[in-house]
Order: sequence, then structure tokens, then C-alpha cells
Amino acid sequence: MSTTRSGRRRFLRQSAAVAGAVASPVGLGLAAASANTAAPTFIDSNSVESVLYGRRSRFVTTTREIEGRSHSPRPQIRPSPQRPSARTPLGELVGTITPTSLHFTTQHYYGIPDINPAEHSLMIEGLVDRPLVFTMDELRRFPFVSRVHFLECIGNRPNPRATTVTGTHGRMGCSEWTGVPLSVLLREVGLKNDASWIIAESADRGRHTKSVPIAKALDDVLVAFGQNGEPVRPDHGFPLRLVVPGFEGIYNVKWLSRLKVVDQAYLSFQEHSRFLTPNPKTQRDSYDFGPSSVITQPSGSQELPERGPYVISGLAWSGAGVVSRVEVSTDGGQTYQEAELVGPVLPKAHTRFQLPWTWDGDEAVLQSRCLDERGQLQPTEAEYASYWNLTRGQLYGTIQSQLGHCNWIQPWKVGSNGKVANGLAPTDVVVDVHG
Amino acid sequence: MDWRRPTSWLTSTASALALAAFLSSGTVLMAQDTASPSGLGRPPTTAELRDGLVGPDGADLPAGRGTAAEGAVVYERRGCGTCHGPTGTEGPSIALVGGEVTSFSNYWPISHWPFAPSIWDYIHRVMPYDRPGILTDDETYAVTAFLLYRNGIILEDTVMDADSLPQVEMPHVADYTAPARWTPDTRRGFRILPTP
Repeated sequence: MSTTRSGRRRFLRQSAAVAGAVASPVGLGLAAASANTAAPTFIDSNSVESVLYGRRSRFVTTTREIEGRSHSPRPQIRPSPQRPSARTPLGELVGTITPTSLHFTTQHYYGIPDINPAEHSLMIEGLVDRPLVFTMDELRRFPFVSRVHFLECIGNRPNPRATTVTGTHGRMGCSEWTGVPLSVLLREVGLKNDASWIIAESADRGRHTKSVPIAKALDDVLVAFGQNGEPVRPDHGFPLRLVVPGFEGIYNVKWLSRLKVVDQAYLSFQEHSRFLTPNPKTQRDSYDFGPSSVITQPSGSQELPERGPYVISGLAWSGAGVVSRVEVSTDGGQTYQEAELVGPVLPKAHTRFQLPWTWDGDEAVLQSRCLDERGQLQPTEAEYASYWNLTRGQLYGTIQSQLGHCNWIQPWKVGSNGKVANGLAPTDVVVDVHG
Repeated sequence: MDWRRPTSWLTSTASALALAAFLSSGTVLMAQDTASPSGLGRPPTTAELRDGLVGPDGADLPAGRGTAAEGAVVYERRGCGTCHGPTGTEGPSIALVGGEVTSFSNYWPISHWPFAPSIWDYIHRVMPYDRPGILTDDETYAVTAFLLYRNGIILEDTVMDADSLPQVEMPHVADYTAPARWTPDTRRGFRILPTP
């Protein structure tokens, strides 16, 4: 009986998500437009609750999409891995900042800890002149910076099986992060001559660790306590996290409690798959993300209701710095036109682009490509495969953590009926393992 | 006392003994003349510095020892088999004995880890799943020895301690490539066009 109920709840959730996505080509999640959507719960915008901490309209129902391996409906043995992971609903968002409530989150096994900031501290030790422990109050007394940066999991990959842009690219978001530059704290402790790596450790029970090159630590890494104007949320590392701009998501250690300065990379549990990869060519690729972009509107599972004027829009980003140019093709890559960068255009941040387009009712294949400030061009699937010497089967039959950054171009196919579907050629096997 | 040049004061045996006494006293580690630029922060206690991260070369491994036979008892008593199976192969969690790396592998079987001290480090900080951190240093050496023995990497009676564990030659160490150096302008190798 309980199985049936949970199955039905799942069905309703999926229906609502699909209804939200197809309700409008603009993709703002205006769920009321669909008869399949359950009546929204009444929300009193005049209530004290709503006034104290604002709420969105009851007609806006966009939510994150829970990862397939999280919150399994099947009973699990105890102790059981807790992985409350979810993706960003990119197809229903506008602008460049991801609302914190909708920002993707990837959790590994130990769940989200409940940390009292009054009892939390950051220790910096190892190859330093003065090992020190800072309380949260003390960290707030240093000069701080606020920077907008994207954060992406290497689990993101254009994928012929995905039906939406959340499926291909939902493991990323973009926030304004506020915190103390790590370089400031490293001056406080004083680095010894042989300091070459920093091992960042989390306070969660899994004590996630990641090795960060000292050159990056001194460049632009932040010890962040703020996200989009508020304290960092628990699922993003409350009260303190590392932000390593442009690098793989796994470097951005949440619930940060220890930084150990050492003379070599450590090999934590989460690092083996990058340093022992069966394909040594991807080895060099395990730091900053390459140039990337994806069209979010119109994108998979959305629908153009009639021929006429539309705006093709999406996000572009690069771990190298600023996005220099985005080009959009409506003929599957035979010709490209330059899109407008809507702005703000910031280094290592999501950059919104748009191109006005009139749909004439014929089939069309829409895709974008990004050129970054280093002159690096986003590759096609075939270019990526050829560069890394991989077959197409390997691109989709290999777990993402062994491939590196899968930044090839994602095409969306507009049918003559206005329905938008994945434009990548079908493939037999897709290995999509997350976390 | 110049804390930045430890060799200058460790040459004296008397200084080394004084330091040892100081370290074991449980007091703070910082001298008055080494204040940070801001004056914020406090020195860690010896207790806070203990139970830290252990390097792949065995850096900061603590004293202690254990054998595979003792580790079999620890494996049983601490409930490791609840998740990893009675012989470390049955699951439901990651197999600790045997296992191959495939195109599906996200986590490497420990027989494929390149450096044995990393196994000690992970077990000591993160296991057992429901009560991480409860294993003593001796228990961690013992259960590490047990797993290395069951994977056919060491002999049953080899004692694991801070000297012997870093000497263990892991069978797949040759597959490991140290990470390349990163600089702010490292290119990623895709087609380069002139920037507009």
C-alpha cells in the first residue's frame, strides 16, 4: 500500500515537472497554464510568515529535480548512505544568478550536517609558521570580497538520453559568494618554502578532502560564508565553504573546518578516479572547466505554440575567465550567428546570451558554442571525441568522473509540431552515475 | 627561537627534549613572538592537531601497531561487515577485498589505491560509517593490515606501523600519475581561435 502511494506521488511529481516545463516556451514554470497540474496550495502573501521571509507566487512551482540515486523509495539497510542530491531546473530560470533554493546540490554518502556556527572553527596547519584556529566571528572581522562564480559538477554531460536541459546540465548553478580570500588567511599563518598543496577538509561525517594547488589557493580561492546575500545554506556548506572559481565542483569543500598546507597532493577517497584514470589523456584536465554553453530556451521538452518571433537564450561559462563570444546556430552547426551577451559578463561566471529568432514552422536544430578569453572554442561531440581519442561509445559508456569535463555542444531539435527534443544522435548505452 | 627554520633548533638534543615535553604537555603551540598580522585566531591545541590528515607517503602517521589477525577481530567487533559483508566482498557497500576498475567505477577498490597510508587515513577519519572516528590508532593499523592481507598485498604476520605501512608496495602504484602542475594560464587544449 505504501509502495503504491509513493509510486503515485512520484508520478504526480513527474507530471507536474513536465507540465511546468512545457507550459510555456519561455519556460518560467507558470504551472497554472496546464490542466494536468494539481491545484496550487493556497499561500497567503499577506501572512506574517510571507512578510518575514518572502514567498513566491503560488502560480510559480519550479523546483529542483531530485537525483535518481537520492531518496530511493526502496527501504534501505541501516546505516544507509544519505545522498540528498538535486539538479537546477535550468530551463525555467532567467538571468545569471541561480536562486539558492534551486541551486544544484551534490551530496556524498553522509548527508547534510547540522552545524552550530558558534561552535564551528577553521584550523590552518601544516607547513606554516603559525598554525591558527579562527572562529566564525573572527573570520567575519577580516576584509571580505563578493564575487559571482559558477559552480559545476563534472557529472554534467550532454547526453542523448536526457529529455531536458536539467538532465544534460542541471548539475550547475551560479551565485554571488562572499568571504575572505584564502590568500589573506595564508598570510596570517605564513607559508613555509616547501608549501605546494593545500588539503581542504570538511566537518561532515564523511570528512571529504580535496587537494588544491597552492598557486590556485593564492590566486582567487575564497573562504565563503555568504551566498546571494545570505549565510551559505546548510546544503551548500553552512557555515563555511571553500569556493575554488572555475574548478570542478568537488574542489569547493563544504562545511570547511581544516586546511592543511603540505608538499604533495594527498589522495583522498574522492580523488582516485581522477589520478588513476584508465585514459591518461584526461588526466591533465582535472582542474578548471573548459569553454561551455547550452541553450536553455527553447530546450528539451519545451514547446513552441506557433510560428513567429522567439528569443533563443541560454548560458555560457568558462573556468578560464570571461566569455568572449557566444554563437548560435539554427541549422545544426552549418552556420553560426553571434548572440548578444546580456550581461553582466564576469569571469568564471554564468553569462546569459540571447538571439532573436523567427520560427517558420520547419524543423530546426538549435545549438550554441562559447569562445572564452583565452581563445578556447567549445568543441562539438565529434571534435571532443577526436581530441581525447575516445569513441562515441566511450563518451557515453564511461562514467563522467573518468572522462573529465564533458563540454561538447548540446543541440536541441525543434520539430514541425513545435516540440523540442534532444538533438544528439541516439546511442545504445549511457552510463550516468552521479556521486 | 625562529620557528621558520626548525633545523636550527632541532640540532640540539636538549632543545628536542624540551620541545617533546612542550608538545606532550597539551598546551598551545605558539610562542609569543609569532603573532599573526591581524592578531586574530589562536594556536591549535595538541589535541586538535592530533587525528589529522595522513599523507600518501605516511606523513603524520601516529605511533601504534596492528596485525591482520588482530584486524579480523576489529572488523568483526566494530561491525564493518554490516555494510561491507562478512568477508569484505558481499556488500551492500563498496567491496573491500578484490574488485576491478571498470568504465563504471566511481570509487576505486582499495587494492587499486596507490599508497597504503591513504587507506589508514580514510579508515581512521571516516569509518565506521555510523560512528566515524571511534577506532583507536592500534585498531586502525590492525584493520588496515587485515584488509591488505585479505587482498594478497602483505603476509598474514606482517606488523603494520608508522614505519612498515609506507613501505607496502601497492600492486597498482604504476597506474598512478601525479597531478600536473597548475598555473593560472594553463590551456586545456581545445581549438584556439583569435579572441575578438
